[in-house]
Amino acid sequence: MTGKHKNVAYYPGCALEGTGHAYNRSTKAVGKELGLGLVELKNWNCCGAMEVKNVDPKLQTYLSARNLAIAEEMGFDTVMAPCNGCYHNLKKAEYDLANDQPSREVTERLSSKAGHKTYEPGKVETIHALDWIKDSIGEEGLAMRVKNSLKGIKVANYYGCMYTRPRHIFPEKDKGPGSESTSKPHFMDDLLAAAGAENVDYPLKTACCGGAHALSDSDTSTKLVLNLLTTAEACGADVIATECPTCHSGLEMHQVRAEKVLGRKTSVKILYFTQLLGMAMGLSPKAVGVHENFSDSMPLIKEKGLA
Amino acid sequence: MTANPAMTIEQVEVRCDALVGAAAGSLAGDARAIGDELLAMGEAVLEAWLWSKGREPTDNQTEGFRLLALHRQAAKGDPSFNACRETCREIVYHRNLIHFDEKLGDADRTARMGAMVVLHLALFVGGKLRESGLGEFCCSSRGIREGARVAQERATSMTQEI
Repeated sequence: MTGKHKNVAYYPGCALEGTGHAYNRSTKAVGKELGLGLVELKNWNCCGAMEVKNVDPKLQTYLSARNLAIAEEMGFDTVMAPCNGCYHNLKKAEYDLANDQPSREVTERLSSKAGHKTYEPGKVETIHALDWIKDSIGEEGLAMRVKNSLKGIKVANYYGCMYTRPRHIFPEKDKGPGSESTSKPHFMDDLLAAAGAENVDYPLKTACCGGAHALSDSDTSTKLVLNLLTTAEACGADVIATECPTCHSGLEMHQVRAEKVLGRKTSVKILYFTQLLGMAMGLSPKAVGVHENFSDSMPLIKEKGLA
Repeated sequence: MTANPAMTIEQVEVRCDALVGAAAGSLAGDARAIGDELLAMGEAVLEAWLWSKGREPTDNQTEGFRLLALHRQAAKGDPSFNACRETCREIVYHRNLIHFDEKLGDADRTARMGAMVVLHLALFVGGKLRESGLGEFCCSSRGIREGARVAQERATSMTQEI
């Protein structure tokens, strides 16, 4: 814990305004409870997500760079992006602008055309919501604020595929003790353990959820998600904790679809890690948006004394 | 090297389902053989992918395992393949857990868990194979691509009509 991320610019991204609104709500609620400053970027735009990147990667670099330029203009040296896709894209833009001349040229040209300053790499650090809480409050600080321990809740921490890949765009990871690992990420495990949760050893914590094909190729996504769910259950998990809105929505929707289409029912619950942390700090399920989740976790939440 | 892997991806899926669904405690006796089978099935999945791309699967090893060398080979020039990097490492890990568990105390559970990990690899790569004609599995934009193709066809058609 360094306390260095107490006040950061906030880039929610498109998903957190739609299907991932519970993540938006719980992130803000947890930040407020922890006394952390979050200032949303003014007039932010899409990070380029999946679609733009696939069609024109340099356009995606520009779109993400514009958000970084806004953060800089607002006087911030750190921007926090809770969505794995946004986090990944902002990191990638940072890397490309520092290492790829054609990307720099395109960003410069489009920034000039759009009438704003071109973002210079190295000015703004992009962090994830996990880094934000881990660095600013840390496990000890979090443990001191716990009112309703997550004791007795077995959690499978699911990070998805974009939080750690590709390794070269995350230069701060894999730096030994205290840093995040790209092969065995643990920040979410650390934070939830500090709140009293019992983390299970989950072998698919960075495996693909099929999120990119949630709509276009549902059968593949459903089978991948079903395997994530059944493996979590086999590990003894009551809950899968998520930190990405795409993964989260996919797990929730395909849990239902697996039952309807494949006749395979699973009962493991799916909650954002910020929802679990918020409830551990005494916030109500409503304050952290549990009612906005697609799946119903309330019976478990009540059973474990969190509501 | 044969162009026909020992098992197809579909056969791997069926075998993994059988292992996962086996009666409790029944895998412990054969656990070491199952541990090696997990590795072989992982290799078969990656071989199928490489052959489909017209590339001969390597016989080399990385960190003592051909599976990891095959993953490295498959990921070369295809960053999206790294989405199964840790899945491959988990297969190796589960195989090692079984082999280094002298009394095989937890072997039944480990073998079952390993089969779930192999199943994920099979589903991931199988999905990629099905989708390979449409573009990248990861971050693919089938709608956009199809939209672009349809728009182009319409434009061509209209031009011809005019």
